[in-house]
Amino acid sequence: MSSPSPYETPARRRVLARAKTPAAAPAPAGLHTISLLVRDAPGVLVRVAMVFSRRGYNIESLVVSASAESGFSRMTVTCSGDGAILEQMIQQLSKLVDVVHALDHTTSDRYETEIALIKVRCAGPLRREVLEIAEHFNAKVVDYAPESVILRVYGSSEKLDAMVSLFAPEQIVDLVRSGKIVMARALDMT
Amino acid sequence: MDLKVPTGAEKLIQCLEREGVEYIFGYSGGAAMPIFDALVDSQIKLILVRHEQGAAHMADGYARATGKPGVVLVTSGPGATNTVTGLLTAHMDSVPMIVLTGQTITSMLGKDGFQEADVTGITYAVVKHSYLLKKAADIPRATREAFYIATSGRPGPVLIDLPKDVTQGPCDAPFVDEIDLPGYAVPSNGDPAAIRRAADLLQSARRPVLYVGHGAVISGAGKAVIRLAEKLRAPIVNTLLGKGAADETHPLHLGMLGMHGTAYANKAVDGCDLIMSIGARWDDRITGKLDEFCVDAIKIHIDIDPAEFGKMVTPDVAIAGDAKLVLEELIPLVSAADTKEWLDQCAIWRQRYPLRYAKQGGLRAQHVLDRLHAVTKGDAIVTTDVGQHQMWAAQFCLSTTNRHWISSGGAGTMGFGFPAAIGAQLGCPDKKVWAVCGDGGFQMTQAELATAAINELPTKCLIINNNYLGMVRQWQELFFDNRLSGVDLVGNPDFVKLAEAYGIKAWRIRRPGDVDRILAKAHAYDEGPCVVVAEVVKEDNVFPMIPAGAPISGMIIEKPREKMAKPTGST
Repeated sequence: MSSPSPYETPARRRVLARAKTPAAAPAPAGLHTISLLVRDAPGVLVRVAMVFSRRGYNIESLVVSASAESGFSRMTVTCSGDGAILEQMIQQLSKLVDVVHALDHTTSDRYETEIALIKVRCAGPLRREVLEIAEHFNAKVVDYAPESVILRVYGSSEKLDAMVSLFAPEQIVDLVRSGKIVMARALDMT
Repeated sequence: MDLKVPTGAEKLIQCLEREGVEYIFGYSGGAAMPIFDALVDSQIKLILVRHEQGAAHMADGYARATGKPGVVLVTSGPGATNTVTGLLTAHMDSVPMIVLTGQTITSMLGKDGFQEADVTGITYAVVKHSYLLKKAADIPRATREAFYIATSGRPGPVLIDLPKDVTQGPCDAPFVDEIDLPGYAVPSNGDPAAIRRAADLLQSARRPVLYVGHGAVISGAGKAVIRLAEKLRAPIVNTLLGKGAADETHPLHLGMLGMHGTAYANKAVDGCDLIMSIGARWDDRITGKLDEFCVDAIKIHIDIDPAEFGKMVTPDVAIAGDAKLVLEELIPLVSAADTKEWLDQCAIWRQRYPLRYAKQGGLRAQHVLDRLHAVTKGDAIVTTDVGQHQMWAAQFCLSTTNRHWISSGGAGTMGFGFPAAIGAQLGCPDKKVWAVCGDGGFQMTQAELATAAINELPTKCLIINNNYLGMVRQWQELFFDNRLSGVDLVGNPDFVKLAEAYGIKAWRIRRPGDVDRILAKAHAYDEGPCVVVAEVVKEDNVFPMIPAGAPISGMIIEKPREKMAKPTGST
């Protein structure tokens, strides 16, 4: 937890030079996907959400789901905000009595995925182009209507972003994304 | 053998008895009636207050004076919401407290029933944890957990919301002793590598300062702080809430730092090359302008709450643990550092910038508080309200003993001082307890005069009456062209007559010559509560002062001649 100050003054340098033990490694920067294991207790979602809002963090997506153990749930939060306070905010989340642990998974070795449903307006000749895009992204057509299709696609959030960006905004009737879920690889803890 | 199944309320009271609760500070009402009924047959003494805010502050004062959790019992709706200020006060200052609130019956929850309030919802931001119990069977577990959470780690208030059908219905669940909280960990001993690094840096520093906060009070780390300071030869400063942890009269102690701290404490902090927080959280009253705070110094932070690391300043070394345990591991690793020049410099500052006040021109609050310290020989528990009197009391009533200084720091809650003194007195019946209040704050909870009177508590209340909200008036004078707005308390009652109306002994001090005599009389009076009203000069300012948002180097020691810019800091 002790990253060095961004500035070094002469007095600080003198003290640091006299010391013999090594300084702690600085914390990695740019952290934005957090996984929480929480107790299934009333109010736990409110308590978690309040930490984000109080520290000025914007929640981009939030997935709450069952965990492997009964009585506990998993929350996966992707969020944006001041990177400098992220580590401290994770401590504030960990501090909540109903939060078993809160871990940052932005740069850890993990698998992550997301699923999206995209309803695209595509009557007549447009349809062929839409289906080509779908095929390219391995998306499945799950609803085939006279003037629209629903495409189901999964993969990294970046892949989903890329696919969505290929349609003109007026072509997209509706978009629902599950939000990112992550899991640490091998036997690491998520 | 009595085979009757207890009600939820009876079980709750039995749980409180098992936790060793002596007093409940409460105010009755419909939704809490089963609990008040169960109290009739209990050894626990009910202290009936006159307003729920008073109950919360009494429980707070009791907890700060004894280290044991204070317990509050109120009814639903407005009864519960009236404790919110008390919850905030306790939460900001890490005070263990249990607040039990009655609630409408479970089938009416969320339907705007009579005196229903979403109390857990309202209080999420001001509690360490909370429960809304929907089954009587949860009472023993929740109560055990609540006491454990409130008192362990960084203490704080825990609220239990109790629907009336839950407390009225049967509860045959057994008592619970085991705690099963997988998400709740309490750091105790610090990381040895971090402690070694801290010791190395302390040893390498030439101008170190030990900065002591409320965590040191809670952990009882004061003696260890003194041992470390003596071994290392380093000066000590403490925060408003850190007063009393380490004896403020010790030669290495420079007193309180921060916005209204001593000039020499602040100069030491401004000039140090290493500052180590021992259970203090780098509050904005301490750091002033953060960008300019101790830029030249190594920062070490000892805190039991890891969420404090990096919140205000980024420490070079962070040690998560109990202040006392960490210091005990740290002390053997250090020896005398090369600090002679530094201590000499601190001594020069101490001599050059003493605390002082005008002896002429009427009765001064500083004079009264200076003499209060002399009359009590520093041996009384002193509680304060919030404002100028609080800062003067902090400056002049030096604390020598742990848990003998009780003040609302983080929240700055007016109305705190007098009820907190009542709670402290109940917790420490053999101690002399003085509440120091201003005329503004005292009136916010003055109804508790009745509570002090009926319980025949020898609590003493010193009202520093300047007929103003003095601290705000001071700011308006210094920063707002003396355009006074909302600070003139014209219409104050005659506080002596007010006390007498409750059957309470009261004295008035008008002249400096009367101060010692009347304070001594009040100090000796033990037949019940008493009130001393000091009619002080209307316009006086607290100095030294670091305007909010200014760097420590911007400290002013006396009133400046030219107009000052409006402060940029929070408040």
